[in-house]
Amino acid sequence: MSEQTIGQPPAGEKPVAPPEAKNSNNELFRKITQGPGLVSVLGVFVALVIGGLLVAVTDKKVIETSSYVFARPSDFFSQLWRAGTESYVALFNGSIYNSAQGFSPFLETLTVSTPLICAGLGVALAFRAGMFNIGAQGQIIIGATMAGYVGFAWHLPLVLHLLLVVLFGLLGGALWGGLVGLLKARTGAHEVILTIMFNYVALYLLDFLMNTTAFRRPGETNPISPILDANATFPAMTGSRLHLGFVMAILLTVLVAWMLKRSTLGFEFRAVGHNPEAARTAGVNVARTTILAMAFAGALAGAAGVAQVAGTEKVLTVGVAGSLGFDAITVALLGRSTPWGTFFAGLLFGAFRAGAVNMQISTGTPIDIVLVVQSLIVLFIAAPPLVKSIFGMNPKKRVRKTETIKAGAK
Amino acid sequence: MRFLSRKTGVAAAMLGISALALSACGAAPEESGKAAGNSDYIGCIVSDSGGFDDQSFNQSSHRGLMAAADDIGFKPREAESKSNSDFATNLTGMMNAGCNLTVTVGFLLGDATAQAAASNPEKHFAIVDFQYDKPIENVKPIIYDTAQAAYLAGYAAAAASETGTVATFGGIKIPTVTIFMDGFADGVAKFNEDKGENVKLLGWDKKKQDGTFTGDFEKQDKGKQVTKNFIDNGADVVMPVAGPVGKGAGAAVVDANKGGKDVKLVWVDSDGYETAPDYKAVMLTSVVKTMDKAVEEVIVSDADGKFDATPYVGTLENEGVALAPFHDFDSKVSDETKSELDALKASIISGDLKVESKASPK
Repeated sequence: MSEQTIGQPPAGEKPVAPPEAKNSNNELFRKITQGPGLVSVLGVFVALVIGGLLVAVTDKKVIETSSYVFARPSDFFSQLWRAGTESYVALFNGSIYNSAQGFSPFLETLTVSTPLICAGLGVALAFRAGMFNIGAQGQIIIGATMAGYVGFAWHLPLVLHLLLVVLFGLLGGALWGGLVGLLKARTGAHEVILTIMFNYVALYLLDFLMNTTAFRRPGETNPISPILDANATFPAMTGSRLHLGFVMAILLTVLVAWMLKRSTLGFEFRAVGHNPEAARTAGVNVARTTILAMAFAGALAGAAGVAQVAGTEKVLTVGVAGSLGFDAITVALLGRSTPWGTFFAGLLFGAFRAGAVNMQISTGTPIDIVLVVQSLIVLFIAAPPLVKSIFGMNPKKRVRKTETIKAGAK
Repeated sequence: MRFLSRKTGVAAAMLGISALALSACGAAPEESGKAAGNSDYIGCIVSDSGGFDDQSFNQSSHRGLMAAADDIGFKPREAESKSNSDFATNLTGMMNAGCNLTVTVGFLLGDATAQAAASNPEKHFAIVDFQYDKPIENVKPIIYDTAQAAYLAGYAAAAASETGTVATFGGIKIPTVTIFMDGFADGVAKFNEDKGENVKLLGWDKKKQDGTFTGDFEKQDKGKQVTKNFIDNGADVVMPVAGPVGKGAGAAVVDANKGGKDVKLVWVDSDGYETAPDYKAVMLTSVVKTMDKAVEEVIVSDADGKFDATPYVGTLENEGVALAPFHDFDSKVSDETKSELDALKASIISGDLKVESKASPK
């Protein structure tokens, strides 16, 4: 990721044809998924500023005052500032600290970020092995389905029950991810297509299961499962929703960090991710590594499913995965596919989500604005040169810089 | 960004600025110290993942809250849930915001509402489209015996059909959807029985409790495809029970009519003639659930200190459910059919005629 490669001219104007198309794809993939962390930080910053502006210009009072901005400009600008900052203050109050509740909103942030971290790790691990795992959603669903079923259908003693719930959740995810790896390794099918389709299969499978008597709550005609046994759920901290699943997320982060850095398997993942041909030449069994990488990625996403059913929701519904699987991709991208990067990116997104609730209740700002900010973050991360040019970090492109800012501001 | 030359960029910017400047020349209003609300009462609402613009129960419940806010003069609090994990968080947020009564929308919020109600016994709740097995003291269920109105729609559809085939489909197979389809099926059957006809119903088998579903309340193209299949199989009245997916059905009907057919649409939840005006030319009638009115009433009477947990059940009798006017089709529906519908409505209200669905309120 030297400055030269980043400072290259915009796409469509490539001066020298790359020696091999596949290699340049690989290069781009790595640049987007594993580029420098500074881009992430700046991307978040720019996204927040744009988000604030959006809130401000759509605010009713701002629009009102803008009609007489020349007669009394102070109104307009004070309203603009109020609307822009008020939302973020509410976001902070709802995610970190407020005077009425102390730091209990922060516990909520940790709760919300737990599944994001787990699923994000799954996506990040696949990134490091050179694969775009769009399938976290399906892996979460299958993980949650298996964990949930064990949780409400079996009745076992304390500790053992929860352990089995976690185990089956991981297994479910690993199975769903591993299948993709197997198909890719054996048939060469592309993992993006496979995972997208597997998402649908998982969703409709759960949809079907929720309408069977085995999964539906007795006496209930709506597709909702029985509540999980108390023994099968993560113990929660009194007075908050924070549960032991967060510790699981920390442990998984440590485990993935150790695996990628210190273990032979992790080395093989990274080797295949860098260059499958070279890895093969060096004696790595690429097929086996592909299958294992997807299985591990799936298991991590499955852990997110466990955090959902055994941590916060305590029931299985069709919407158990929400949009977690897709948010996880953003989290992994933002974390530059490193375990701890993903961990903190997960915390940040958890804070967004937790704070957004307070934001929409107390200021009436639509919760969608948080989704806009998240999407902008993806945009900026996927286009590192854009962020760099906004901050004038492209050394050779002084002239173009000003143009980009203008265009970006429109 | 590079497609724009510098000149066009500058020109566009000038245009924009002058437009802004023109609109910004108004006079400043007088300062006034009037506060927005004049009541201590706070009414709140938490949606399910459909959001307040779902053209279905979230939206109409939200409208009810807004109407109540206007009646009493309070500042409503609202929270949209983006996923199921937001329910509990949103409810906690509402409790912290000091809501007197919180409206929750849909069965998915059942557990979360029960939990919030248990830990906040002094607060009141109302849950739309869901009823607990064991009633909870501070939760008022707002439910609808939709089958009653759907029955009339089924009868009207069968009477209006020229091909002798009508159809219905759902978004997701949940009771609040299938109750429409059950009532519709029974209405068609009643028509056949009374008239000795044999109008067929596609898309729902009441006995088997199974039929055609598009799988969600979002994908309009799926609704269009399903409806096209029904029309190809001879159906000339279609009732989509799938929220916004109904628009896909409307598009398919309009397409078919351009091709020389004469297909009609039966809308659900609200009067489609008003809420889906694009298709008013093909709108035979609608099966209406007046959720906004029920929500408004519950909030207003709670603000008066008259809360009770007895379920509000919308029926033909209390006009919680209704068959919408025929509007443009009014002249095409025979007086005979109209008087039969009136008679059926009267006997449902009097209890002589029981419309039963597995999904009916208990």
